[in-house]
Amino acid sequence: MVVAQESDAGVDRIFHALADRTRRDILALAVGDRYSVSALAKRYPMSFAAVQKHVAVLEGAGLISKERRGRERLVRTDFDTVQRARVLLDGIEELWRARVDRIDELLATEKQTTGGQQ
Amino acid sequence: MSVTSVEKDPESLTMTVRADLEATVERAWQLWADPRQFEQWWGAPGFPTTVIDHDLRAGGQITFFMTGSEGERHDGTWEVLAADPPRHLELRDADVDDEGRPNDGNAMTLMVITIAERDGGGAIMSIRTHFDSLSGMEEELMGFEEGMRIVFLQIEAVLAETPV
Repeated sequence: MVVAQESDAGVDRIFHALADRTRRDILALAVGDRYSVSALAKRYPMSFAAVQKHVAVLEGAGLISKERRGRERLVRTDFDTVQRARVLLDGIEELWRARVDRIDELLATEKQTTGGQQ
Repeated sequence: MSVTSVEKDPESLTMTVRADLEATVERAWQLWADPRQFEQWWGAPGFPTTVIDHDLRAGGQITFFMTGSEGERHDGTWEVLAADPPRHLELRDADVDDEGRPNDGNAMTLMVITIAERDGGGAIMSIRTHFDSLSGMEEELMGFEEGMRIVFLQIEAVLAETPV
């Protein structure tokens, strides 16, 4: 029972961490590359402390870990390289599917306006 | 018509998308060769794409930028490695920072586009992308809402497989 409660609390932390748009964004960035907290902070119109807080929430949920390199602390997801590649490829597939949809629309609109001639 | 196949290889970081288009080969080529047309399909609605330079010859350069919903700007620079109208195009992508330097050093993504006639009419367009690194893939996703949405869903899927 105690184990189940602990696991529930873990799931709660994950859902809480993913409920915020900035944190989802940070998580997606951390899949692709390693970012220092200060490099992340530059990407958002908010203070360094605010970004640090978001990173702490993600870390508390076990979604990312920090790794020290020199004077910097780098943020990264705990997935392995192949998992990270798969996640990113799925995103890029979706991007191309949307592009092909737009191409289809473009070709269809043109056909209508030119009366079926190409 | 639409996407007929997508091959993804997470080991070699390559992806090939094939699509059937209701168009002639020449017409399909114009999707790349005419910058005004390229602007209409490359970026998602709400993320307008603006082409600056568009020299579609071997050694030429294509530069463009996309504007995000919060005014952020994503620059793209491609070098044309090969252009054989209307069937074959090779582009090497070098995303640049504010000073015009590649964001990821010498690391670059390669894109090979081929267009062929389809039996019974229409064209088959195939786009093979080879990513040099995970950060190159992340660059590709920057500013694309639809791609990012799937990344979030996939993160949740990976988490679901991983015991908490």
